[in-house]
Amino acid sequence: MANLTEIRWHARGGQGAKTAATMLAEIVLNEGKYGQGFPDYGPERMGAPMRGFTRISDKPIRTHSAIYKPDIVIVLDPTLLDVVDVLEGTTDDAVVLINTHLSRDEMKKKLNTGGRKLGVLDATKISLDAIGRPIPNTPMLGALVKATNVIKLDTLRDDVRKKFAKKFPERVIQGNLDAIEKAYEEVDVS
Amino acid sequence: MERVSLTGNDAVGTAMAQINPDVVAAFPITPQTELMHKFAEFYADGKVNTELILVESEHSAMSAVVGSAAAGARSMTATSANGFALMWEIVYIAASLRLPIVMPVVNRALSGPINIHCDHSDTMGGRDSGWVQLFSENTQEVYDNVIMAVKIAEHKDILLPVMATFDGFIISHTQEVVELLSDEEVQKFIGKKEMYYPLLDVKNPVTYGPLDLQDYYFEHKRQQVEAMLKVPAVVDEVAKDYAKLTGRKYDFIEIYGPEDAEISLVALGSTAGTAKDVVDKLNDEGKKVNLVKIRMFRPWPHETIVNALKGKKAIGIMDRSDSFGALGGPVFMEIRSSLMGEIKEDITANYIYGLGGRDISAPEIESVYNDLFEIAETGKVKNRKTYLGVRE
Repeated sequence: MANLTEIRWHARGGQGAKTAATMLAEIVLNEGKYGQGFPDYGPERMGAPMRGFTRISDKPIRTHSAIYKPDIVIVLDPTLLDVVDVLEGTTDDAVVLINTHLSRDEMKKKLNTGGRKLGVLDATKISLDAIGRPIPNTPMLGALVKATNVIKLDTLRDDVRKKFAKKFPERVIQGNLDAIEKAYEEVDVS
Repeated sequence: MERVSLTGNDAVGTAMAQINPDVVAAFPITPQTELMHKFAEFYADGKVNTELILVESEHSAMSAVVGSAAAGARSMTATSANGFALMWEIVYIAASLRLPIVMPVVNRALSGPINIHCDHSDTMGGRDSGWVQLFSENTQEVYDNVIMAVKIAEHKDILLPVMATFDGFIISHTQEVVELLSDEEVQKFIGKKEMYYPLLDVKNPVTYGPLDLQDYYFEHKRQQVEAMLKVPAVVDEVAKDYAKLTGRKYDFIEIYGPEDAEISLVALGSTAGTAKDVVDKLNDEGKKVNLVKIRMFRPWPHETIVNALKGKKAIGIMDRSDSFGALGGPVFMEIRSSLMGEIKEDITANYIYGLGGRDISAPEIESVYNDLFEIAETGKVKNRKTYLGVRE
């Protein structure tokens, strides 16, 4: 992977894309990398389409602008696919990860992803089963680990435990860790 | 030194806690709010000894720190845009009374229509208020600038308020890597606050802010000018001390890329970071260009600017605010004024960009350099003022 990796998250307000984008930027520090994470701050409404951005690099990150040519696109809400061009600015080298109940072949056809590496995962179902709430962000991080080498699974697990320990009861922490594990195993990517 | 990942607001809130001011006045305004949230967390956890005053407006916030600073207390507040506007009259008074208040300002468009995102219209409006103004490129710089600001403001030759600005959302809400000093290092660096004419020293009574009419007002203003003239030497001295501690040396400006490049772009704030990546790209392509980033906008580093820009064949000046009806934006007018007599032809072009948080991308900055190549070749400026990325 190139020195700089740029990730664009697509979600609706309330699905945790801001958390995931900034958390990933924070996690990579544990691997000695530099991370930059931020959302698009538009009107902050539950359910409104929004984007999150994560940059990861071996060197300090100086650019401060939105990401227009992402290496990785992560879609937390499949209903956005009819509303937003999630592939905008991507080339055939991009990795696209989508939270959907559709199969990889069905999604490939629907989205016309061409040569891009495509991963599908029913992250909403996983989070409902494991955490009891439809928050697909942590399982999608598990899928990201499987599909790319931006971070290691252990780093993600350790950091989620550490970070969530301040805010959530053990049940929620373990639920998120289970969700990450399951997502890592189940994501259909190639 | 500890390397952590923080938002700009959290980093500055942390710096404030490490400074541990005697008095902080807090009033929320986007995008500054989370900065005070962070500081208030330290306060709630008993990590600071600060008297935290929750005021009812920014006018009161500035009034409160004027009072506490006059009493001799190390005093801070923070704001953005409309909050800065609301404290306006007291902003001038803080400088006039020579009070060493430090205020982080999270740059945001001064409405209207209502906008909460970054531009520099708020602090550029305050450039004549008598405050020292330090602009910051990223989270690390604003963390460092806020700590250095305390020492600059409280220096016995200065005793002026300092604002350390950083870009709203782009820096304030972005998670970035920053190296923090320990609390002890910060305390040792800023030192104990010296008292000069404290209002509470009842054995040596002094008066602050009396009526001052035609007889002495002018002389007092003249003294204020004199204090400002002494600022650069102190900013430099403090930066040198800070470099010994951190290895990070800050000058009035930073020249990025070959100093002898004949094409220069001038920028400040977070855009300077994006521009550095563009400079690298163009230099790699064999195109000799540089970036002149301004850190200290007030006092204006005239000599330094002249040395950096004289002899250039084309200079682009980026302004994240406009001065309606003027020749150009605030940075443009300063640069041109400094270059009077130093350049033979008019080879300066102004680019107004990013108002209300409109994103500025690397390709857009590259397009400005492309304009500059043309100016350097033809010696002619087609458009003195360009609104970059606006729909006309």
